[in-house]
Amino acid sequence: MADRIILQVTRYRPEDEAQPTFREYEVPCPKEWVVLDGLNYVKDHLDGTLSHRWSCRMGICGSCGMTVNGEPKLTCATFLSDYAPGPVRVEPLANFPIIRDLVVEIGDFMQKLAHVKPWIIRQEEKPLSEGEYQQTPEELDAYKQYSMCINCMLCYAACPVYGLDPKFLGPAAIALAQRYNLDSRDQGEKERMELLSQHEGIWGCTFVGDCTKACPKNVDPAGAIQRYKLKAALAWLKDIFVPRGAK
Amino acid sequence: MNVTAFHDVVLVGGGGAGLRAAIAIAETNPRLSIAVVSKVYPMRSHTVSAEGGSAGVVRPDDSLDEHAYDTISGGDWLCDQDAVEAFVKEAPEELLRLEHWGCPWSREPDGRIAVRAFGGMRKMRTWFAADKTGFHMLHTLFQTSLKYTRVVRYDEWFAASLLVDDGRVQGVVALELMSGKIEAITAKAVILCTGGCGRVFPFTTNANIKNGDGMALAYRAGAPLKDMEFVQYHPTGLPFTGILITEACRSEGGYLLNKDGYRYLQDYGLGKPEAKPVLRSMELGPRDRLSQAFVKEHEKGRTIETPYGPVVHLDLRHLGEQLINTKLPFVRELCLKYQNIDPVTELIPVRPVAHYMMGGVHTDIHGATPLLGLYAAGEAACVSINGANRLGSNSLPELLVFGARAGRAAAAYASSAAEPRSAVLAQAEDERRRMQRDLLHKIDGRERLAPLRDELHQSMEQSAGIYRSGNSLAQAAVKLRELQDRFRHVALQDHSRTFNTELMAALELSFMLDVGEAIVESALRREESRGAHQRTDFPARDDQRFLAHSLVYRNADGSCRVEYRPVTITRWPPGERVYGR
Repeated sequence: MADRIILQVTRYRPEDEAQPTFREYEVPCPKEWVVLDGLNYVKDHLDGTLSHRWSCRMGICGSCGMTVNGEPKLTCATFLSDYAPGPVRVEPLANFPIIRDLVVEIGDFMQKLAHVKPWIIRQEEKPLSEGEYQQTPEELDAYKQYSMCINCMLCYAACPVYGLDPKFLGPAAIALAQRYNLDSRDQGEKERMELLSQHEGIWGCTFVGDCTKACPKNVDPAGAIQRYKLKAALAWLKDIFVPRGAK
Repeated sequence: MNVTAFHDVVLVGGGGAGLRAAIAIAETNPRLSIAVVSKVYPMRSHTVSAEGGSAGVVRPDDSLDEHAYDTISGGDWLCDQDAVEAFVKEAPEELLRLEHWGCPWSREPDGRIAVRAFGGMRKMRTWFAADKTGFHMLHTLFQTSLKYTRVVRYDEWFAASLLVDDGRVQGVVALELMSGKIEAITAKAVILCTGGCGRVFPFTTNANIKNGDGMALAYRAGAPLKDMEFVQYHPTGLPFTGILITEACRSEGGYLLNKDGYRYLQDYGLGKPEAKPVLRSMELGPRDRLSQAFVKEHEKGRTIETPYGPVVHLDLRHLGEQLINTKLPFVRELCLKYQNIDPVTELIPVRPVAHYMMGGVHTDIHGATPLLGLYAAGEAACVSINGANRLGSNSLPELLVFGARAGRAAAAYASSAAEPRSAVLAQAEDERRRMQRDLLHKIDGRERLAPLRDELHQSMEQSAGIYRSGNSLAQAAVKLRELQDRFRHVALQDHSRTFNTELMAALELSFMLDVGEAIVESALRREESRGAHQRTDFPARDDQRFLAHSLVYRNADGSCRVEYRPVTITRWPPGERVYGR
């Protein structure tokens, strides 16, 4: 294996450049190194002006998502040697505005997360003195998969619908709504259904399934969206065909 | 100077402690305006990486006194026992509150909360969400915090200094990364919830953001740092990456083996090897003892050499695939993805790794520092419940209990405190000019960040590791003074305003140099061995001289001054730490 590899990295400083360009850097490529190690090597040794986000380096904080050779990836979990002999093209996540270099603007995503009311909604809160809400392992399993989302936004970068229509709520936000809807402690499904049943909610999804393929945590947002569509359609049918008063 | 906004309380840091504090303030006084200033989006905070669990007494066979005793003996009697008593009492309530907010705790078949064993704990009392406990707690807190409209977030704003006037803290000066704006965010009270400072060491479980920011902010503003010499090495990190392999592996029954396949902990006063895990014994001993045993085992030539240093093996193979998949799925994922090893069939190479700061900003039992208007909670603070060695699974409940306490105390104070004075705006303007003159616009310096950081790392590892000596610490103290001096000659390559991570890294390195000095100076002065602080030249505990907290203050010239204050003992007089029998 070659002991060095070329990174082709997106560079963009809005104060200096009108358009993003690529710049090449040659970095070491030991078998333990991930793409993020290569970027950090650039930052420390070759070019202090490169900006990228990262933190935990163990695939749980969700900071370091980028496009690596055309695919959305967590760069801390993507080995350089898998791309030998190179070059490796590292770009910011697709479908988001670029702030600078490899850093994208995620304000829209953050608003969408909050929009689906991702918290436990109950008619009546049980006092702490009465202890926990019982929840069997099976009840936990009903929503657990959807609680694994690390908000890395790889699914938004992979989603062709979000790329065309930024109003689409998108995979992670819908999966998060589903995480609470399916939680046996929650009673907020109806409230969330109203938010999600609008055009930009779940109907935007054409079931391409790229979100599920891109997800590094096996959350399966595509599955969440399909389940939700079915539920919403049934509710709609019920509204039409069942006489009022009999619901 | 612009004031971006005035708030009643500013929280610096949006991890577990910060978010818990924010919610506590909103619930204490809904009229108060709350700002969360965080250099990363809150769900990126390092709480997310905590794995194994969160301790709180729930079972009928357990008691608050037993949790208190385990914590105090685990901390080698340096814990303040009034703080520990409050902590163990409130921990179960806080964990239950998180359950009501939706935290996906692992369950017993009948639907009750499940608990697991943990190191140094004599009863099973550690709540867990598989082995992603911190991740689930943080996301639950963050998502729940979205309900509270009085909480305003300043995401990706870096707090560079505290505004202090008239003896009161009145806000922060912060850099907005996206725009490069440097502005004053004024407030009646500030709570520091920035976590630890593992990044002063080269090999650490800590995320890149763990630079001791809050510790340095407080220290520079005149508040003392407490017990900074106590640095926890976690016994099981993956070589090269330092990725944490949770203690829960050992509570589920994993073995630590030397190069001969021998459970070497039996040679270090930690009990006899049994097939099943025994509480407070062998692999379930406290972290300080296990990390120290590793060093001794290495000295005997019984570790395994790798390109990334000596290792021992963590053996989970006998636990079986099903248990590993349900109780330790993240460990399997991390081993597969980062080490190319499957713990179902292979041994995991592990070595001790810098993990947690027992020390931090000195606070009282309500999270208040000696500086009026300044509070701290979580790993950034030292209350102290962790003493000379924290027990695994005590840090997550700590950030809930003391995050909530600090939030309530700051809310009460801010409800009646005076408005910030206009004098702080001039201070903020000075700070903005300083950052621009000394860093952003400076082009003629001869030093670069990465080499200075590397030298800090080497110095800290050589002097303030698992075993220390007066000689190595004294050398490190001189070296760190030199690095402080050289830092003044740093020149950045990046002079852009937009998302300038080099500027932020320079501010962080400056914080780390201060925190590193505080650690080294406190360790040099403590001429005894206690918990995680082991001096080869003073190998015994010395209660006569050092049953005391060290408080390190910053002198006007930037040097350190160490003072001591007594430990609060309520019901548990200092005794011998006994494990394995």
